Amino acid sequence: MTWTSWCCWTKWRDSSESERKLVSNLPYEGLKPKNQPNRRYAGNAIKTTKYSFWSFIPMNLYEQFHRWANLYFVGIAVLNFVPAVNAFQPQVALIPICIILSLTAIKDAWEDFRRYQSDRQLNGMTCLIYSRSQRSFVERRWKDVRVGDFVRVLSNEIIPADILLLHTSDPNGVCHMETANLDGETNLKQRKVVPGFSSTNSSFEPLNFSSIVVCEKPNDDLNHFNGFLEEDRRKTGFGIENLLLRGCTVRNTADASGIVVYAGHETKSMLNNNRLRYKRSKLEKKMNTEVLFCVLLLICMCLIVAVGHAIWLQTFSSVPIYFVPNSDGTFTSAVLSGVFMFLTMIILLQVMIPISLYLSIELVKMGQVFFITQDADLYDEEKDTRVQCRALNITEDLGQIQYIFSDKTGTLTENKMVFRRCTIMGTEFPHEENAMRLAFLAGEMDTDEEVIYQQNRRPPLFSLEEAQDGPEGANAHLPGHSSLHGSRVTAGAPSSRAFSSPLETEVIPDHTLVQLMEEEEAKPYLDFFLAMAICNTVVVSTETARRQRANERRNSSISWSPLECLEVLFGRGTCFQRLSMSLTRNRGSLSEPIHMDPTDSPVYDVPTFSGSVQGPDEGVNSPSNCRATTGRVQAGSSSVAPEEVCYEAQSPDEAALVHAAKAYGFTLLERTPDHVTVRLPSGKVLEFKVLDVLSFDSIRRRMSIIVRHPRSKEIIMYTKGADSGIMERLQNTFEDRRRVKSQSRDVAIKTQTDLDMYAKDGLRTLCFAKKVVSEQAYMAWQVKRQEAMSAISKKEELLMDTADDMENNLTLLGATGIEDRLQENVPETIQALREAGIQVWVLTGDKLETAVNIAYSCKLLDQRDLVFTFNMENKGACKTMLNGILQELLRNGSLESEASIGLVIDGRSLSMLLDDDLQMQFVQLCTRCRSVLCCRATPLQKSRVVTLLRRRLKVMTLAIGDGANDVNMIQAADVGVGISGQEGMQAVMASDFAISRFKHLKKLLLVHGHWCYTRLANMIIYFFYKNVAYVNLLFWYQFFCGFSGTAMIDYWFMIFFNLIFTSSPPIMFGIMDREVSAYMLLQLPELYKRGQHAGGYRRSTFWIAILDAFYQSLVCFFVPYWTYAGSDIDIFTLGIPMNTVSLFTIILHLAIEIKSWTVVHWVIMVGSVIVYFVVSLVFSALCVSCNPPSDPYWLVQEQVADPMFYLVCILTTVVALLPRYTLHALRGTLVPSDHLKARQKDQLPPHHRDRWLREYRSLKELCASFPSMSSSTVPQDTTQSPSTPTAPLSSSTRVQN
Amino acid sequence: MASGYNAKEEDGHRAGAAGPGESASRSRKPDNTAFKQQRLPAWQPILTAGTVLPAFFIIGLIFIPIGIGLYVTSNNIREFEIDYTGTDPSSPCYNCSQTYSWNSTTLCTCTLTFSLNQPFEGNVFMYYGLSNFYQNHRRYVKSRDDSQLNGDLSSLKSPSKECEPYHTNEKPIAPCGAIANSMFNDTLELFYIDPNETRTPIPLMKKGIAWWTDKHVKFRNPGGSNANLTAVFQGTTKPVNWRKPVYELDSDPENNGFINEDLIVWMRTAALPTFRKLYRIIQKKNNMTPTLPRGNYTLEVTYNYPVHSFEGRKRMILSTISWMGGKNPFLGIAYMTVGSICFVLGVVLLFIHHKYGNRNNSSDIPS
Repeated sequence: MTWTSWCCWTKWRDSSESERKLVSNLPYEGLKPKNQPNRRYAGNAIKTTKYSFWSFIPMNLYEQFHRWANLYFVGIAVLNFVPAVNAFQPQVALIPICIILSLTAIKDAWEDFRRYQSDRQLNGMTCLIYSRSQRSFVERRWKDVRVGDFVRVLSNEIIPADILLLHTSDPNGVCHMETANLDGETNLKQRKVVPGFSSTNSSFEPLNFSSIVVCEKPNDDLNHFNGFLEEDRRKTGFGIENLLLRGCTVRNTADASGIVVYAGHETKSMLNNNRLRYKRSKLEKKMNTEVLFCVLLLICMCLIVAVGHAIWLQTFSSVPIYFVPNSDGTFTSAVLSGVFMFLTMIILLQVMIPISLYLSIELVKMGQVFFITQDADLYDEEKDTRVQCRALNITEDLGQIQYIFSDKTGTLTENKMVFRRCTIMGTEFPHEENAMRLAFLAGEMDTDEEVIYQQNRRPPLFSLEEAQDGPEGANAHLPGHSSLHGSRVTAGAPSSRAFSSPLETEVIPDHTLVQLMEEEEAKPYLDFFLAMAICNTVVVSTETARRQRANERRNSSISWSPLECLEVLFGRGTCFQRLSMSLTRNRGSLSEPIHMDPTDSPVYDVPTFSGSVQGPDEGVNSPSNCRATTGRVQAGSSSVAPEEVCYEAQSPDEAALVHAAKAYGFTLLERTPDHVTVRLPSGKVLEFKVLDVLSFDSIRRRMSIIVRHPRSKEIIMYTKGADSGIMERLQNTFEDRRRVKSQSRDVAIKTQTDLDMYAKDGLRTLCFAKKVVSEQAYMAWQVKRQEAMSAISKKEELLMDTADDMENNLTLLGATGIEDRLQENVPETIQALREAGIQVWVLTGDKLETAVNIAYSCKLLDQRDLVFTFNMENKGACKTMLNGILQELLRNGSLESEASIGLVIDGRSLSMLLDDDLQMQFVQLCTRCRSVLCCRATPLQKSRVVTLLRRRLKVMTLAIGDGANDVNMIQAADVGVGISGQEGMQAVMASDFAISRFKHLKKLLLVHGHWCYTRLANMIIYFFYKNVAYVNLLFWYQFFCGFSGTAMIDYWFMIFFNLIFTSSPPIMFGIMDREVSAYMLLQLPELYKRGQHAGGYRRSTFWIAILDAFYQSLVCFFVPYWTYAGSDIDIFTLGIPMNTVSLFTIILHLAIEIKSWTVVHWVIMVGSVIVYFVVSLVFSALCVSCNPPSDPYWLVQEQVADPMFYLVCILTTVVALLPRYTLHALRGTLVPSDHLKARQKDQLPPHHRDRWLREYRSLKELCASFPSMSSSTVPQDTTQSPSTPTAPLSSSTRVQN
Repeated sequence: MASGYNAKEEDGHRAGAAGPGESASRSRKPDNTAFKQQRLPAWQPILTAGTVLPAFFIIGLIFIPIGIGLYVTSNNIREFEIDYTGTDPSSPCYNCSQTYSWNSTTLCTCTLTFSLNQPFEGNVFMYYGLSNFYQNHRRYVKSRDDSQLNGDLSSLKSPSKECEPYHTNEKPIAPCGAIANSMFNDTLELFYIDPNETRTPIPLMKKGIAWWTDKHVKFRNPGGSNANLTAVFQGTTKPVNWRKPVYELDSDPENNGFINEDLIVWMRTAALPTFRKLYRIIQKKNNMTPTLPRGNYTLEVTYNYPVHSFEGRKRMILSTISWMGGKNPFLGIAYMTVGSICFVLGVVLLFIHHKYGNRNNSSDIPS
């Protein structure tokens, strides 16, 4: 008690301060806790459990009673203890609530126990803490770590708390950290020692640490951390780059030590740990209204009985013998009895409100999730990932999607960046050999994986047939073929990591460029490649470190392949040797790589690219010769000096650029915070001192690195960024000092032309620029920069401002075009989704031209589409155009709206369209568009678009993306899908479902979504029906027992009925029913449309089910009633046939609804009936006087021995189900639904079915080719480059093929 | 398409396992089983007119004969019913019904004459019938103590609270509760009047009217079957409305106390407010003469049971039974009707099937 209050007090103290101050614990070692300076901060022991052993029962009960459903149960049970009201034995009424409570409690206890176990494991892990008494680091457990302790972490150890890095074994004061545990990103992050500490002597002495650490209060932002060290009034700033985060693993660094600043629950990783997502699905929301209807129905029925009872009582002039007086001998008045009766009836008819429905839905969804994750088609061999369902309760939303918002990069495209071409100082180098190699690789994959690699953009100069006689031919005789596949196989772990396949890492240099470089050691080229090599954040790691990690991570979800570690095998070779090596690497990468035996050289005989490889020294004319010799030379040199370098890039663009630079001989060898080492083609190694790095942000859209050239000693800044970010900051080229600047102006203009061309080709463009900074200017700037660095508040803004100050007057060096390959089956997937009636939007940050091009190639836009482009500078124009289009659409009415309209919106226009006054019209226009493409969209805009449509149109939205920039959008949408791709795991973390390829969306939605929705909708409807049908039996009986609330069915039978006899069939139905096979659903995406308009779960469906329930319960009651009326049957003997026919009806009703009967169905359905009879027989054989007043002793046996019982059962069941059965049959013949037809076709023999499908599809295409009727795209040829509209309202082109 | 894709992955998987390490064998690839891939072989019935046709005809063809059989059987059952409530002043029991109440001590008897137009063959069951008697009232139904009736000694002395207010009357009541308290206590006697006006009493079996299990398992006298009932029930008192204590219900020790069959029958509460309960059995004498020959009978009623307060009716019913129990034409008619409806529906569906059934094959899925 005292401890807790003290703890609260300290917490309060802590929160009252805006920052956290801490000092070393060492001087206070051994003192009592109250004298410890850092006592107020949380310790490192974590406790994620909700309950302790003792508090489990009370706390769990307390939590459970927070759910209204449980309260309802308790209310009913309590009501049953009131003698005037009770319907059953009071104890018996406790059964349902007890069962529900204990089931939930068991589940909770199990979960909590597992949390406890993992906590204990974590808390018990060992780490090294410095101890003053022992003058060294001693082994302690994690839970003993306190804020202010000095902790030392060794290589490959997990960091126990958030530690401010003060020392590493690395001479450069760098420590590498892998954050996979935290955000799933597998690339290494570099952390630096706090400035001022790196220079200290190699052995770190914590005892000498006397500074005060001042930092922010604990927060959950993984990317921000600010603070400073204060020692003798000298402040040293530090940031996130100095913080080791709990849960991460130290890599490549022998040991690192530092002072703990946050521990336990205050660490950033723990604060980030609240990933529980709870979304209510649309169906469930809708269902709640139906539950409300049930409540109303229940109240109505209870009122009827209550009023009936009061009236019935008043018909008696005197007290009949069968009226039981109260215990004091008096009788309750008629009105009061009516009131009591109302409550009694609520108890009696409680099942009407399907509380168990919620439990059943949860079970069903668990089953559905199980089947989704088990789908082998959604498994990605390469990454070894299944589909992940992170939100367990919205599976059926997948079946109702109307709008898909997709990111482009990494979602539609591979995000495996491939360097394609570059332009340097205005000269364009097309890299045709490289293009051809890529085309070849693509073709190779095509043969077995149906990969579509943008074949329309194959360079026209080199056709595949020229190099090889087609991919098939290549397969037949190429070692390259087997090798490529071999590489995947021998890699062991099927996942080849990002930016690692030969596709991306190998670039064949453009020979013209190589020659140019050879001839004149032209500075611009040198600068360009230097910028490419160093202006990035790529970290170089050694092969050994990589390997170690690969081994460790084998079992985890992300595994590594050794083949990616093959970079720069032959480091010491000359530039040209290395160039030619790029051919052979294909082969080299497969065999267990690193040390190649010279005798292996014949296998390097890859004739694939022989024609295209031209090492400058060997001469252009002797390619084959070159190949053979270089292969040997390489191999030889490699065995002498194997230098292994792996690149760890945070974005694939950077990796592609570094690899490209390497191909030209500019090899990035090492990167530390202080310097970058690059080897030049000449073999010289240059070590640049890094003065500053102005990191990338999405506002500036560029990054810069300021280095001091080792030779000239001048300060150079290299900048890399989007063209918009660079072009505006070039030297004042357009001013009148023409003489001097005309050349750079020309360069800029030419480069811009090339950039436009790249964009049109769908390449991602990056510009490189350079600036020489004078010493004075740099020093002046440096001061400002330093201030900004140590600022705590507004640090970001200040840093950005200073960056802006520096990045001007740039000299353009050139630009690169990087290809982002379309993922496999993207066009097919988009087309299928569209046929399913889903509108697909693409929201991308890319340039308009790039995006449009991709849109055409992935069939988002069709050449016959009417495409409107919003690319406005001001709002007025936007508005005019919007209104113009809308009016025209309205005028042209039906005819034009049938034609497919595409919309392309630029980021700036988008923000204007999203303004309040244009919103409505924009939405109006969107609904008429077949596809919409938003370019240059910021993450915020993306989420705003999603939210806008979701709110305004009340549609189901799905957002899919792979990067951090899609997180907003994913969270805004009803269903968020993350692609576990190249850009880390943020998107996956934020998502509800995580898939690995875009094409998986097709099956996920069209099959699983459709199934889940149909299953759940049917199950819920059935559940409502079942409860009403059963409970109504009791209701009808009230008319024959003086509305006195008697149940003719024994309460145990009622409990068993819901709990055992009829519980599993609907759950099985909800998990396993299959209306249409996956094959047909994929073939006929149109079938998906039913779910979009809530076709499976309409209000009318609900009411029809309720009506049917009323009818069936009437039949189930009155057929036995008339059969036994006037006879000597007793209450509970009458109840048994009623109970039985009700069971038969309910089970067979489901049997009518079940669309496909598997073994499981049979077992459960037949099993339920058998269980019913067995349980009833056993129960009534055992219970002589255990269950007053309805002791069912021998009742069931009596009934079962009576032929009348069976006659009643058969007749009742037939009469009860006749209408539904007949209606189903009539509907099946007269107005068959699309689904029914699809099922009929599915039952045809396969070849008939496929023929029908073909015919159907060709018919559809025929319809589509008449534009007025078309709603879907058909054409096969996208090879001709589409005419992209750029001017507003310009293109109303409809090219007829 | 799907299978091809799988096969390819399978290949890669196996080759991988042979490769560098176990890493590949621990792949997360889902098992390719029919269950997990939801490809279990399934029977997929499609409900159309064509497919359900046979079911309708079969139901029709089965139901109609059953219905006819049931109807004939029911019609062969002889049943005679006479109301002796005495609400009508002309009725012989009018006086009794007017004067009688639970508290009166004098016996009131009345005699009714009736004639049977047809002879009753085989065992004849004699019932008493009550109308408007809600034995199924919730609180009435509960007002009993089954363990007391099962011979439990502690329950005998302290009956269940459910019996309130009929659980003690200074001493514990045996049998307790409202059901027992309101037990039917009219005595019915039947005489055959010969054509020569002589009254022959008809032997009425009072045993065998309760379920065997009730008599032998559910209901037991306290202290075992051979105990002295008077001693056993010492310390208890009779239900308020009863004239005699429970151990004096019958002279036959096999039919006395809690195992008195009249009590047992009464304790089996009727399901509906109009009900009959088996009172006596008239066993057939031999195969030659009918159990109850055609002719006149008198029914002598010792009128103890007042039904005036709830406007109830009392009846005496004589009935023969068959395998389907008492007379009940409903089931037979229902079967015939449903059978015919099914048959007609079958014809309609046949027509529909021929007219529209084949239309689907050529049509397409519209979108």
